[in-house]
Amino acid sequence: MLQVISLLVENKPGALMRITGVLSSRGYNIESLTVARTLDPTLSRMTIVVDVDPTLRRHVVKQMNKLVNVLQAADLTESPAVSREMVLIRVRTPISTRTAILKEAEIFNARVVDSSVEGFALEATGDPEKLDEFIDVMRSYGDIEVTRSGLVAVSLEAKKLRLSPPIPTASGTGPQAANNKLME
Amino acid sequence: MLLECLVREGVDCIFGYPGGVTLPLYDALYDHHIRHILVRHEENAAFAAQGHARATGRTGVCCATSGPGATNLVTGLVNALMDSTPIVALTGQVAVKLIGSDAFQEADTFGITRSCTKHNYLVKSLADLPQTLHEAFYVASTGRPGPVLVDLPKDVLQAQARYSPVSAIHLPGYKVFTEGHTGQIRRAAHMMWEAQRPLVYAGGGVILSDAAQALRELVELLEAPAVLTLMGLGALPSFHPNFISMPGMHGSYAANMALSECDLLIALGVRFDDRVTGRLSAFAPHAKVIHVDIDPSEIGKNRNPDLPIVGDTKRVLGRILKVLKELEPAERPPQAAARQAWWSQIRTWQREHPLIPAVSASEIKPQHLVSEIDRLSAGQAIVASDVGQHEMWAAQFIRFNEPRLWICSGGLGSMGFGLPAAIGAQLARPDKLVFAVLGDGGFQMAIPELATVAAHGLPLKIVIVNNGYLGMVRQWQELFFNNRLCAVELESFPDVALLAAAYGLKGRTIEHPSELTDALEEAVREPGPYILNVKVSPFENVYPMVPAGAAISEMVLGPPQPVAVPQ
Repeated sequence: MLQVISLLVENKPGALMRITGVLSSRGYNIESLTVARTLDPTLSRMTIVVDVDPTLRRHVVKQMNKLVNVLQAADLTESPAVSREMVLIRVRTPISTRTAILKEAEIFNARVVDSSVEGFALEATGDPEKLDEFIDVMRSYGDIEVTRSGLVAVSLEAKKLRLSPPIPTASGTGPQAANNKLME
Repeated sequence: MLLECLVREGVDCIFGYPGGVTLPLYDALYDHHIRHILVRHEENAAFAAQGHARATGRTGVCCATSGPGATNLVTGLVNALMDSTPIVALTGQVAVKLIGSDAFQEADTFGITRSCTKHNYLVKSLADLPQTLHEAFYVASTGRPGPVLVDLPKDVLQAQARYSPVSAIHLPGYKVFTEGHTGQIRRAAHMMWEAQRPLVYAGGGVILSDAAQALRELVELLEAPAVLTLMGLGALPSFHPNFISMPGMHGSYAANMALSECDLLIALGVRFDDRVTGRLSAFAPHAKVIHVDIDPSEIGKNRNPDLPIVGDTKRVLGRILKVLKELEPAERPPQAAARQAWWSQIRTWQREHPLIPAVSASEIKPQHLVSEIDRLSAGQAIVASDVGQHEMWAAQFIRFNEPRLWICSGGLGSMGFGLPAAIGAQLARPDKLVFAVLGDGGFQMAIPELATVAAHGLPLKIVIVNNGYLGMVRQWQELFFNNRLCAVELESFPDVALLAAAYGLKGRTIEHPSELTDALEEAVREPGPYILNVKVSPFENVYPMVPAGAAISEMVLGPPQPVAVPQ
């Protein structure tokens, strides 16, 4: 079963390294990772698929939440979420099987994005298992080359995003002094 | 501009070692009132900054040049991370356009220190500098404190600009939970009243959040016994009747038995470290657990608490105390008899196997030595310790009447920590008597810093607990590797009187118990630095001891006794 962690992170140098570091320091291998900007260009959405046992995954998500650059880290494994992956396949094919390939593509809801005498480039979207099948089918027609996007996921629960407000730096005293005052 | 930021953060002292790319910084320091302490190795700059921070509660600052300077800081940074000590490390970096070109003294400091710090920065333009530095100090000192590194390329250090005040810093993803959940706090207070055999298990978090007073009120109000971890020593005065001792691998019998038998474990600013819990499945098996910690990722990491509270220990305790005081008259009596029995059980354990320093007439026992230091300190002195057997004996026998007196390398256990940490502590607290209690191994890792001690005339009392071995490793080889002693004998230890003299310091070696008291008193009387090398019995082991992987109730209380073999 796929285990999915979704993160909202500040778009800053080193952020990706910090997040993957939480996994790599424990020797976990990342199955897939996607990152892209959100509506707010200073933030990125990251989806990580990784095989970590549930107790540890809770801890890993907490540690990710602790990172200064992470606004929110959520474990989508057991919560309602929609996830999709895209695959691009280039298949070399003789003229004789071209029609058959197009038929198969139709079954998988795949689109032809490029066509040449050598063959096709196809694009398909779906859950990873469905894409596995599509790839298997295409392989039976000849030489293929595959690039998968990695999983992207969106949570179906509205989770309130809690952000820390700006911290005033009292003029001449600095935030540390301000904080000391707060603690008194 | 950089120094202006530091001044605004209340920095008065930097521990550092200059180099090529930090020249502009040192040029600015030339006529600046911030004090720079030149250490003899960058690692010790990080350790000294931690000694400074641990003794004061303020963020320590250390500074190193690019490349080797920065990589030498790494051990110190991890040490601060493990012990949640607030420090800001400033490192030089090659000019921005040279980064990534294998320039002279270039290292990927930002990448290398990512996992060694709470957070780190690479400043690529002067405009970002004030904002970044204020953020660095804020992140280092708030929440669960830790080390923050700011990597400063040469051209950023060289550029000139007037400091323009930063009105606010924006860290939307940096969450600090301080207050604790109101409902949870109320439930915690009820659990505390209802418990029959409560035990407070408090650690470094209590000291970091300045919660010592609140802790004292709590144990007095609940009439509960308390154990303090290695990092928490001093959080409750050692003379306090409710204080049992340190628990764990080398904790006392009473402390470990109390942990094993309590029905409510009140865990405050602790992380259920393996050196405390022993085999986790057998740790506090009968107890419900209340865990108060400011770091959410510590909750449930090793032990799932029955009642977690994420918040600042001082604030949470303050709120719990308020609820307890409201409850007090109505709900105290029912458990009185059970509490009485619990206390008498604990007193029995204490009587059965007390921690008593071994004393011998023919050789100086290390326990004897540290208990003499305890006598001279009377709970008042700062004791900075290195790592190993002497550290455990010091933790067992030296008492501390207040927080921030005991300074050790807890989580990482880095040898070589004691002397530079003592330097930092003495500079921070010139009024205090400071002992550096070191093993003969750790002392030799830190010998270069004798020059720093001499240069500043720091009146440290450096006491070397010299057994001629890497004692803790030897103890394990003896107990768990059939006494096959390999690479643990420290031959060719220098003559300390001559060594001290070479640095212009006073020093002496003693080896007979009759000399011990006089020699220590002489060292304390001496207004300047003093190195006292004490040759102790070489094969003494630290007991009690919980073997790795055993339950803490399965302590080995002393060296194996010859037993009669049944026929």
